[in-house]
Amino acid sequence: MSITAENLSKHYGSQRAVDNISFTVQPGEILGFLGPNGAGKTTTMKMLTCYIAPTHGNASVNGISITERPDEVKKRIGYLPEHNPLYLDMAIFDYLEFVAALQGVAKNKIKSAVLNMIHTCGLGQEKHKLIGELSKGYRQRVGLAQALIHDPEILILDEPTTGLDPNQRVEIRNLIKSLGKEKTVIFSTHILPEVEATCDRIMIINKGHIVREGTTDQIKKEAQGTEMLNVQIEDIQDFQKAHRQLSALSTVASADMGTAGQFRVQSKADMSSKREIFKFCVDHGYVLTQMTAQETSLEDVFRELTVNPELTQKR
Amino acid sequence: MNKVWILAKKELKTFFDSLLAYILLSLFLGLTGLFTWVLIFDIFSTGQASLRPFFWVCFVSFSIFIPAITMGMFSEEKKSGTIELLLTKSITDWQVIFGKLLAVFLLVLTALAITLPYYISVVYLGDNVDHGQILTGYLGVILLSLSSIAVGLWASSISGNQIVALLISLGVAVFLHFVCWLMAFGPIIPGVFDYLSGESHFEALTNGVVDSKDVIYFLSIFFGGLLLTEAVLSKRRQA
Repeated sequence: MSITAENLSKHYGSQRAVDNISFTVQPGEILGFLGPNGAGKTTTMKMLTCYIAPTHGNASVNGISITERPDEVKKRIGYLPEHNPLYLDMAIFDYLEFVAALQGVAKNKIKSAVLNMIHTCGLGQEKHKLIGELSKGYRQRVGLAQALIHDPEILILDEPTTGLDPNQRVEIRNLIKSLGKEKTVIFSTHILPEVEATCDRIMIINKGHIVREGTTDQIKKEAQGTEMLNVQIEDIQDFQKAHRQLSALSTVASADMGTAGQFRVQSKADMSSKREIFKFCVDHGYVLTQMTAQETSLEDVFRELTVNPELTQKR
Repeated sequence: MNKVWILAKKELKTFFDSLLAYILLSLFLGLTGLFTWVLIFDIFSTGQASLRPFFWVCFVSFSIFIPAITMGMFSEEKKSGTIELLLTKSITDWQVIFGKLLAVFLLVLTALAITLPYYISVVYLGDNVDHGQILTGYLGVILLSLSSIAVGLWASSISGNQIVALLISLGVAVFLHFVCWLMAFGPIIPGVFDYLSGESHFEALTNGVVDSKDVIYFLSIFFGGLLLTEAVLSKRRQA
């Protein structure tokens, strides 16, 4: 089951919550939606799940249009909305049975589907409780269970891990990962390590636009550009002189001096200064005690793309 | 139809899992019992084997109880966000509306069913019971309930606040059943107010007369309410 969005837009008055975004998700792919709050992630998901209609554009699930045949689309999607709304006065068992029946699970299979979900989502001990009596982590599992109960080919999860403790987050992440082997999954988050750990591909959204798309490695590489080294040199008598000499190396674009022989060296584009720095130390009788390349994290990319989008667009 | 029934079953279960259904049913039973058999217009003091006082109590109590039942039906879902969960399932807006309608209507029928002994008792007590009149009386109660449910669902759909929903549907009921009824005796366009007054249409039905204009009155409120509810629900899907 693939998902295709073409020029999808949603305007609220003059505000463009989602502005002309197009993307495809291949079957069996886990796509991560990244973006600050209010970027348009949730709005996009609401359109894909047929909750709201797009102002312009269209999207289709396996070729079925979300605007023309929402019923067919809704049947194929398992959706966990943001904040995980639930009927708090229902018992877990009743609730899952209700959702299974609504989603068209055959009558004689409802019981086994519910039991299966209770097992998969680890709800066994709590299954006779009311949803309102559950802790946040268990409620999240119920939310996932209701999304999964009819074994949908597509899963759309809006911030499935917010408010969970680190262990629960890892559990949910692993669950998503294992589900992603056979299903098409879109999920949104602003917890960056989560995306790196789970997604095949990520899409960074800001102000209703897609600002970057690709695998985590691609995005990091693109953003990396120039090499940045943290260097620690000992046995220097004249720090100023050493700084000048370091800056003058053929591959070095700039070098900042910290305290007591610490330097931050930025190389020129497409060059590496590691060997030059080593040779420089040997030639002058300095002792090189540390040299590490500073990695661009996804966080840096995210901040760069979403904090100041005007700047990045100029680049 | 299947989806409608699945939702109605869930809503009914919620009624009976909470105290709401039991409280309203016992209040209803208490009030109707009191006025039918003991107080003021009761059968013994009027000496008539008719259920007119009973229908009158039904009219007043359903006008109040139905808004109390319907007030949370959409507003609660809006407030807690479950409306999004529900409407992204494989169910249409109309099926959701009819499911909720059916649940409340079945509750109303339950209430009426437990008052059937009244009818049986009247038949035993009286000599010349007008069965036709009682039948049209029940028809009146059912039509009134349907129209109140539709108005209640609409009121509930426009607000995320149950109390606001309650006040709106009570306001509509007070206007139609009380204000219009009073205004019909006044000097300004009494004919119009008389037609708008639910009271006079209901009265006609309990008198044993099924006039199309009375049936149409209730049915038009019923369909109007449903259409408005659907309009409110589908607003989110407007481009």
